Amino acid sequence: MDFLNALALITNYILLPGFTYGSQLALGALGVTLIYAVLRFSNFAHGELMSFGAMICILFTWLGQSYGISFGVLPTALIFLPIAIGFTAIYCFFIEKFVFAYYRRKKSDPIIFLIASIGVMFFTAGLIRFIIGPSDQNFNDGVRFIFNVREFKAFTGLDEGFGLKTSQAITILTTIILCSVLFVFLNKTRTGKSMRAFSDNEDLALLSGIDPNKVVLLTWVIAGGLATFAGVLYGLDKIYKPFIFLQMLLPIFSAAIVGGVGNPIGAVVGGYVIALSELFVTFAYRKVLAYLLPESMEPAGMMQFLSTDYKFAVSFIILVIVLIVRPTGIFRGKTI
Amino acid sequence: MKKIFATLLALCLLNTASFSDVKLGIILGFTGPIESLTPDMAAGAELAIDEVNKAGNFSMGKVSGVRADSTCIDSSAATAAAERLITSDKVNGIMGADCSGVTTAILQQVAMANGVVMISPSATSPALSTVEDNNLFFRTAPSDARQGQVVADILKEKGLKKVAISYVNNDYGKGLAASIEENHKAAGGTVTISAPHEDDKGDYSAEVGALAQAGGDILIVAGYLNSGGKGIIQASLDSGAFDLFFLPDGMIGESLPKDIGSGLNGSIGTVPGTDSPGAAKFGDMATAAGFKSGPFAMESYDAAALMLLAMEAAKSSDSQAYKGKIMDIANAPGEKIFPGDLKKALKLISEGKDVDYVGASAVELIGGGESAGNYAQIEVKSGVNETVAYR
Repeated sequence: MDFLNALALITNYILLPGFTYGSQLALGALGVTLIYAVLRFSNFAHGELMSFGAMICILFTWLGQSYGISFGVLPTALIFLPIAIGFTAIYCFFIEKFVFAYYRRKKSDPIIFLIASIGVMFFTAGLIRFIIGPSDQNFNDGVRFIFNVREFKAFTGLDEGFGLKTSQAITILTTIILCSVLFVFLNKTRTGKSMRAFSDNEDLALLSGIDPNKVVLLTWVIAGGLATFAGVLYGLDKIYKPFIFLQMLLPIFSAAIVGGVGNPIGAVVGGYVIALSELFVTFAYRKVLAYLLPESMEPAGMMQFLSTDYKFAVSFIILVIVLIVRPTGIFRGKTI
Repeated sequence: MKKIFATLLALCLLNTASFSDVKLGIILGFTGPIESLTPDMAAGAELAIDEVNKAGNFSMGKVSGVRADSTCIDSSAATAAAERLITSDKVNGIMGADCSGVTTAILQQVAMANGVVMISPSATSPALSTVEDNNLFFRTAPSDARQGQVVADILKEKGLKKVAISYVNNDYGKGLAASIEENHKAAGGTVTISAPHEDDKGDYSAEVGALAQAGGDILIVAGYLNSGGKGIIQASLDSGAFDLFFLPDGMIGESLPKDIGSGLNGSIGTVPGTDSPGAAKFGDMATAAGFKSGPFAMESYDAAALMLLAMEAAKSSDSQAYKGKIMDIANAPGEKIFPGDLKKALKLISEGKDVDYVGASAVELIGGGESAGNYAQIEVKSGVNETVAYR
C-alpha cells in the first residue's frame, strides 16, 4: 500500500507532467533537429515559430467560438490546428524566401544563418506582440480532467493519487502519432528518402536529380507544422504567453543536442531526458521516502536536491555533461 | 517645420507654466507595471485639489497639480522626474510616489536634498517605516508589516495552523512573506515551507511539487494575480496539491476568480479597504467626476487633501513649516473630516480649531507617519470576491 502511495505521488508530480513537458520539448526539438540536418544551421527562431503557430490557432479558435463551433469534451483549438499549420508553413515559406534563400545562394557559413535566424526570431516576436499582445491567453475550453486526484483517491482508496488532464493525454498521444508518422515518412517514402539523402551529402543528392528547392521548402513546412503542434499543445496544457517561448529555446536546444543533433530519434529521447531530469532533480522527496522507509528513518527535511529556482540550470548541466562526455549526443548525431 | 516646432514648444511651455500660488507634484507610474491603476490615483489627487479651489477659502490662493511619471520601476527616471518637479515646476509638496522602490529613491535623492514633503498613497514596503526621512515622508497606505498581522489574525480565527507560502521573488513578495511568517509563528502556527516563484513562466508544476510535499492546510500566495500567482494556483488545483488559498492584496481582482473558476471558491484574502462612511462618499464623488474609485485612489485623494490642510494649518506652503502639521491634521482630536468636507475643514483650521482628517480611507497616521491600515477581509463565493469583514 505504501509503495502504491509513493508511486501515485511520483506519477502525479513527476511522471505525468514530465512526459507531457517532454513531449512538447520533443516536438520542438524535432523541428530544430530537422532544420539542422537538412538546412545545416541552428534555427533560433524555432521558439517563436511555435508561438506564431499557437497564436494563429488561438485567433481561429476565437473566431470559431464566436460562430458557436465547439469540439465537445476536447479543446476547440484542435479543429483549427490544420489551419494554423498552414499559416505557419506559409510564414516559414516567406522567411525562407526573403531571408535564408539569399544566404543559401551565397553559400554562407552556418554561423551567418544562425545570426540571421536570431534576426527572424526578434522580428517574429515583435509581430506576435503586435498581433495578439504580450499578455497571456487561456484557450483550453474542453473538459479539464479525464479524472482528477480526488476521483482517483475515492476510486482506489489510496491516500495519495494522481489526476490525468485531458491536455496531458492529448499531448502524449499526439506526440506518439506524430513521431511514428514522421519516421515512416523519413524512412519509407521517396520524398523522405530524398530529404535524408540531401542531408547526408548535398552534392551527391543534387547529382542524383533531387530538386534542392523542393527539399528545402518541404523541410520548412514540416518544421513549421511540428512547431505549431508543439506551441498549441504547450498552450493547451499550460498557458499561452508570448514571453515563455524565448525561455523554452534553451531546453529545446538541450534536448536536440543531448539526443544527438540532426538525429530525429535523438531529439525525441532528448526531450524526455531533459524534461524528466528537470523534475526528478528539483522534486522534494520527503513524502515519498516517508512512505517507502520504515517509520524510524522518516526524513525531517524536504529531501530536495536542488531548489526549483534552478530548474533551467538542469538543462544546462546535462548539456555541458553531454558535450564533455559524448559530444555527438546519445544517438550519435553530427558534431557541432 | 521649424516654425511649427517653435509653436509647439511655446504651447508646451505655456501649458506647464501655470499661474497658481501653490503647486502639488503628482508623481505616479503612468507607464510601467501598474499603469492601469495610476490614472484613477492621479484623478483622486486632482479631485482634492479641485475641491480646495472650489471652496475658495484656502488662504494661499489657487492650487494646481503637476503630473510626472515615476515609471514604478526605474529609479533614475523617477528621480529625474522628481528633480524636474522641484527645480523647474517649483512644487510645494509631492503626492507620490507609487511603488516602494522608486519612492525610496525619490525620497533619499530628491525630496530630502531639497527639503520637500512627500506623501505616498501606495508604497507599502516595511522598509519605508524606518528609513531616514527628516520627517518629510508620510504615507496614506499601510505597511505590509501590518498586512502580515492581519493575515495571521485571520488564519488563527479560521483555525488554519499549518500553512505553506509561495511568494513572488521581489521586494513586495519577500517582505510580505517574511511578515506573514513572523506573525503566524508568533501566533503559534507553523509554516511548512516558504518558497519563491518567478513571474512570467509557463509552467509552475515543479514549484507546486515542492510546496505539495511540504503540505499544509492552506497555501498563501503572495504574488500577482495576472502572473505567477495565478500560475501557482492553477498548477496546485491541477495536481490536487492544495484546494484552499490565501490571497493577499496583490492577488485580489475580478479577473482571478473568473480565470480560475470554481476551484477558488472558499479561498480567503485581504485587501486595503474600509467601511468608513468616507469610502462610500468618495466613491460617489469619483463617479461624479468621471473616474473609478479603484485601488489606491482613495489614498491619493487623502494624501493631497492632507497636504493642503497642513499648509492651511501652518499658514505657509513651505515644506519645513507644514511638515509638522500633517500628523495633527490626520489624527484626533478634532472634528471628523470626510471627503467633500474640505471647505469646512479649511474654515475650522483658519478659526484655529482642531480637525481630525478621516478622509476616504479612514486615515490614522501612526509611527513615523504611515497609515495604521484598514483591510477588507475577502472571501471568494461562487466566483466573486466578497467582502465579509473589515479589520
